[in-house]
Amino acid sequence: MLYREAGQFKTSYAADMAIFPIRQDRIALILLLLFAFVGIPLLANFQLWPLGSDYMLRAILIPFLILSLAAIGVNILVGYCGQISLGSGAFMAIGAYSAYKFGSGVHIPLEFLGTEISIPPLPLFASVMLGGLMSAIVGILFGIPSLRIKGLYLAVATLAAQFFFDWVFLRVKWFTNYAPSGSVAAPDLHFFGYLVHSPIERYLLCLAFVTVFALIAKNLVRGNIGRQWMAIRDMDIAAELMGIRPLYAKLTAFAVSSFIVGVAGALWAFVYLGAWEPLAFNIDRSLQLLFMVIIGGLGSILGSFLGAAFILILPIMLDQVPHALGIPVSVETVSHLVFIVTGALICYLLIVEPHGFARLWSIAKEKLRLWPFPY
Amino acid sequence: MLRKTLAVATAAAAVLSGTAIVFSTGPAMAQNEQFIPRLVYRTGAYAPNGIPFANGAADYITMINERDGGIGGVKLIMEECETGYATDKGVECYERLKGKGPTGAAYFSPLSTGITFALTEKVPGDKIPLLTTGYGRSESRNGAVFPWNFIAVGSYWTAADIAIQHVAKELGGIDNLKGKKISLVYHDSPYGKEPIPALEARAKLNGFTFKAIPVTHPGVEQKSQWLAIRQDRPDYVLLWGWGVMNSTSIKEAAAVAYPRDKIIGVWWSGAEPDVTPAGDQATGYKALMLQHPAGKFAVHGDIEKHVYAKGQGVGKDTNGQVLFNRGLIDSLIGVEAIRTAQEKFGKKPLTGEQVRWGFENLNLTAARIKELGFEGMLAPMKFSCADHQGADQARVHQWDGKEWKIISDFYTADRKILDPMVAEYSAKYAAEKKITPRDCAKES
Repeated sequence: MLYREAGQFKTSYAADMAIFPIRQDRIALILLLLFAFVGIPLLANFQLWPLGSDYMLRAILIPFLILSLAAIGVNILVGYCGQISLGSGAFMAIGAYSAYKFGSGVHIPLEFLGTEISIPPLPLFASVMLGGLMSAIVGILFGIPSLRIKGLYLAVATLAAQFFFDWVFLRVKWFTNYAPSGSVAAPDLHFFGYLVHSPIERYLLCLAFVTVFALIAKNLVRGNIGRQWMAIRDMDIAAELMGIRPLYAKLTAFAVSSFIVGVAGALWAFVYLGAWEPLAFNIDRSLQLLFMVIIGGLGSILGSFLGAAFILILPIMLDQVPHALGIPVSVETVSHLVFIVTGALICYLLIVEPHGFARLWSIAKEKLRLWPFPY
Repeated sequence: MLRKTLAVATAAAAVLSGTAIVFSTGPAMAQNEQFIPRLVYRTGAYAPNGIPFANGAADYITMINERDGGIGGVKLIMEECETGYATDKGVECYERLKGKGPTGAAYFSPLSTGITFALTEKVPGDKIPLLTTGYGRSESRNGAVFPWNFIAVGSYWTAADIAIQHVAKELGGIDNLKGKKISLVYHDSPYGKEPIPALEARAKLNGFTFKAIPVTHPGVEQKSQWLAIRQDRPDYVLLWGWGVMNSTSIKEAAAVAYPRDKIIGVWWSGAEPDVTPAGDQATGYKALMLQHPAGKFAVHGDIEKHVYAKGQGVGKDTNGQVLFNRGLIDSLIGVEAIRTAQEKFGKKPLTGEQVRWGFENLNLTAARIKELGFEGMLAPMKFSCADHQGADQARVHQWDGKEWKIISDFYTADRKILDPMVAEYSAKYAAEKKITPRDCAKES
């Protein structure tokens, strides 16, 4: 009754091709964005529930947004283009360390030429974007094998990227500005002349990045290039016969995916952690991102958000349940229980709905269209 | 269809109940309480070492409540949060616990160098002291640049310097170091890399050849490193491991027949969980002590009487172990900082900023240490605005197959070597983060 598109006539091509063709979807999205951009800052400003303390912003919303962005990036590669990647953590690390280098000034001595490359410290936006760019370049390089190897074999090749970059950022001291401990700290966050410091400012910064990249990704996947990716995913030989160049389609998927993952990595390091070491981007991070995409729904932008919420937020919440209820359980029992419950839920959800949350969501929408008179 | 509806319902219920629970405010807090957050790891690869430390730290706080009714009548409440030694989980725990209690967290003690680095960026904004007993950023000794970090009792540079002094003593004099080979087998993380600058400085000064050999986290795979050692035959091996890496190192050393009494571990590599898994192979292995030995002292009597006898406490089976005792010292320093701060600000729950004053003015004299029941475990130490470490001493003990035996007297780290390094690295940090160092001469 409420969610029905009857009577919404598309009178122009533009309306027909709109990103959200159903009016109710548009209204819901605008409300959601209004809440995220205006409602949450207002709640935080007046210290209202549930934003009475920084915890919600700093420990839940900021990491959720950043990992959602990373999941969107992984989803483009794995979900839309069908190239399994276990190297997402490495691409986050490339984004983070490149942004760090650009943010703290790059010096490459070229003594044999009697000169040096010297770039002064760049502001936040430029260094994050360049971090993404570096990640995209490396992504293209590691995407080249995908032209010859497929499926699990490709996953192994991307795994090599993961271990290689773990090693690079541990060993090559130039990347950490010769810090004795190998741990680096993010510079101050100057965003277009404005110092981003408080939790709410950090949240808005992440939200702005996530909104822009989610819209770009949404538009990409329903356009020409996105259709090429999906054609390659569904059957690469058929796609090639129809005139889609696998080289172009696969490498653009690697580039776009790595770019977004790299930006997410830079934000994770700069905005969430503040100081980090390569361990922050190890193989666990890659697997975590892959699970987010699988649980959320392969080939769905919305699914990336849902998957990130499930994998990131659910364990944090479960972790606090016994204490909030006043049940005296030791922390090790709780953390084992969290593993058990989360793992069981993942198994259960994948058995009843192998296509993830995004599919559940679309089933719910289908039902809502018929409600209250299903047939 | 029913199954799918069920799935939707389960997911929705899980999320909703979680949300409801997280945002309910929890049990009401009494006003006369001081909140002490405890970041612990009782699970994961480092749990064998994390558990005794967490037990000691917790049981000391319980004992203070049971024996003295808290500090100055203010009851201590604590809450543990499991980090699993992971930095991002540690940051989440920090955010979760920092605002609890009537005045917020008194201090944080994460027992992880990685989490320490991340929290170092956050504590100045939240005004909460960061107590890192025997670990963390070595240059954070300089309180002018790191007002919120307290690297109590000793840094990794202190440890590196003292390890070399002990080697020199075994060789019969500092001059005998010339031409010798000393290798460092280290956990490849900020923790393991910290001592390298201090060892390089010593190598240059004393003329020995220094080689650093990294071991990847978590350290169960180190065959190639020990084969390299067999080829190279260094005169001494320093071990900078944590958790399962330590016992693996000892086993691998035995496998290549490297003499265990030529291996000297840092104080985080010198506890029972590090040697017992290696069995007889560990006999003869040496490690630094963060001043204190294993065993029971006056304070353990109080804990047994006031905590375990009443059926409370968590660490009865780890009581008296090296890391349990270090947990006691960690909590002792925190508790005494709160007590010192109460003398200035009154006997009420204090904010992190007030506790920081307590840390900076903490003076543990020999008489006070005896009174507290720590005689024989701790040498006197005194903190100040400029010196956030308070002490420079350590001893060495050796595993005889059954227990740790103290084999040396107190060594004092050579501040002539280390102080310029602290100044250099903290100045670099201050420049990078655009911090204007405090003028300690002006602070009382």
